[in-house]
Amino acid sequence: LVHSKDSKKDSKTATRSPTKHHTGETIPLIRRDPSHCQRTGFSPAAASKCDWIGPPDRLSNLRPIIYHIPENETPLERTLRHLRQDTEDWSHEFWTNQNFTFSKEKEEHVRSQLSSKGLSERDDDGRKRTLSSEEMAVFYKHFLDKNMTRHASYNREWYGRNFTITLLMARVALHNTWRTLTGQTRGTGREKGKST
Amino acid sequence: MYKTPCSRLTGVWKCLSRDGLVGVGVQQKLIANVARSHMSARRLIQLCRRDQAEWMTFQHLCFLKRQYVKSSSVLCQRVRPKQEHVASVLDDRDDSVVRQVQQIPALKPEPGTVGPPCDPTEPEAARAARLEARQWKELKVEYSDLPGIYARLSKLKLTALVVTTAAAGYAMAPVPFDPVTFLMASVGTCLSSCTANSINQYFEVPFDSNMNRTKNRPLVRGQISPLHAVSFALACGIPGVTLLTLGVNPLTGFLGALNIFLYTCCYTPLKRLSITNTWVGAVVGAIPPVMGWTAATGSLDPGALLLGAFLFSWQFPHFNALSWNLREDYSRGGYRMMSVTHPGLCKRVALRHSVGLIGLSALGPVLDVTTWTFPLVSLPINLYISYLAFRFYRYGDRQNARKLFFCSLWHLPMLLLLALTCKKSRVPQDEAPVAPSTPSPAL
Repeated sequence: LVHSKDSKKDSKTATRSPTKHHTGETIPLIRRDPSHCQRTGFSPAAASKCDWIGPPDRLSNLRPIIYHIPENETPLERTLRHLRQDTEDWSHEFWTNQNFTFSKEKEEHVRSQLSSKGLSERDDDGRKRTLSSEEMAVFYKHFLDKNMTRHASYNREWYGRNFTITLLMARVALHNTWRTLTGQTRGTGREKGKST
Repeated sequence: MYKTPCSRLTGVWKCLSRDGLVGVGVQQKLIANVARSHMSARRLIQLCRRDQAEWMTFQHLCFLKRQYVKSSSVLCQRVRPKQEHVASVLDDRDDSVVRQVQQIPALKPEPGTVGPPCDPTEPEAARAARLEARQWKELKVEYSDLPGIYARLSKLKLTALVVTTAAAGYAMAPVPFDPVTFLMASVGTCLSSCTANSINQYFEVPFDSNMNRTKNRPLVRGQISPLHAVSFALACGIPGVTLLTLGVNPLTGFLGALNIFLYTCCYTPLKRLSITNTWVGAVVGAIPPVMGWTAATGSLDPGALLLGAFLFSWQFPHFNALSWNLREDYSRGGYRMMSVTHPGLCKRVALRHSVGLIGLSALGPVLDVTTWTFPLVSLPINLYISYLAFRFYRYGDRQNARKLFFCSLWHLPMLLLLALTCKKSRVPQDEAPVAPSTPSPAL
């Protein structure tokens, strides 16, 4: 998985400045894809040495993370960060698409059902008409069946990425612990131990 | 900031009397009540309906409230944390109240969050940005929160139920009660269950984010990292299975490990691939009482399998009824459940297994697990759940599904309790069963 990401990583490195210390306003814009710029206007304070996690995204319901780039970031840490960022983007895209498609097709289904019954979209009180759960169930089944292969391939890839990320996190944690135990530091007095 | 909790009471706040002194009195009373946040929506409605002469707008009320709060310096300090409390209660249902109160002071000095509390002249965009900034949190472990996080990660309530069924299995076994083995079996089962649940949540982060029921789980909220969750799972699983294998017996240890594997590597991925996940899940639920029995006797007796069969059959009315009302979430999340893809099968299977419970209860005396009184005393509750399952099969609507689900929640503990009280008492030296129909002296 890491090999296939190399080309992507190189192109992303050109737009990122991983050795710069986290300063606040400009770094997130440079670091992230254009889609991220639109997604969040938040930027953590310069003094913060942690990653930050935000509220659930409106479209994908996934929580975005802003990654802190430490000084003297090791190549292993950089690989991990890029992989996590990439997975986040890929997941966000999938779920945005999924939720949007679901809502759109659900609306279409309701509209077509109502029109086949000769009813308008809104009733006399101006409220939107809803279908019974049995009529909706037809749509839910159809949606699931239609998207089965897409879901299956997302699952496979998600399991693989999740596992790789966790392995990398373990390697980074062990690496940092080993370096602290053997008395090597980064030279900037970075705190010991595992990031969460 | 005042809008968030206010808007949740919008339907109530829209109508208020403006009638002179009475109005002012009502306003002050209502404002004070909101500040105390003890008032339920229903009481507010009752207060509103007293005088429907003139209506006040929501904005007017908020403006008046702000004036009142600002003029009263004492209230200004109090109102803000209380309103955060209301918002958090509504948002984070799983959090304990204590944790919320502890979090509130931490919100203030966090870097990256700015803004004066009460400023009605603030532009909308800036306020929105400030509100958004407040919702960003540092991704680091709060050590004081860890017990709560671990409890939610391991689904502690579900684990407690699993340990209870294992304990019931132990108690039903026809051997003298050994407290040490019992304790080790319970602790081992508890740890194995914690492992399985943690790995399940570790696998399911993006799916849990998208379902209402599960979006407040620790990994979804970033309270701990995936590595931390896996480490916790290993820290529970390895001692748990070791304890079962060495402290109880190898068979129980094997069953524990098998159950963890079935739940994490079979059930969890299958949920998104095929409806057979429900049957695998039923086996996962059936194994703990079998483990309890084998912990006592050391062998897979027919009695153990009977108890397992009770749990297996019970899963279907329980889960099928639960999943009936979650069809939209399952469909959007990509979960393949019978209730969505094969609704007819879903209802049939629930009915089939509810009726099957009656037959299984009759097997109790046949296999020498219970006396003949057991099928008789358990008949009322078995008939009742079968009746509800029949209604669910026939009408297939939300109400009947909910009734069946809630019935299943008390049906299982009752059934196990009845089995325990009707347990066939044995003298340990005898091979053949004692004189029939002698209920346990515990009665």
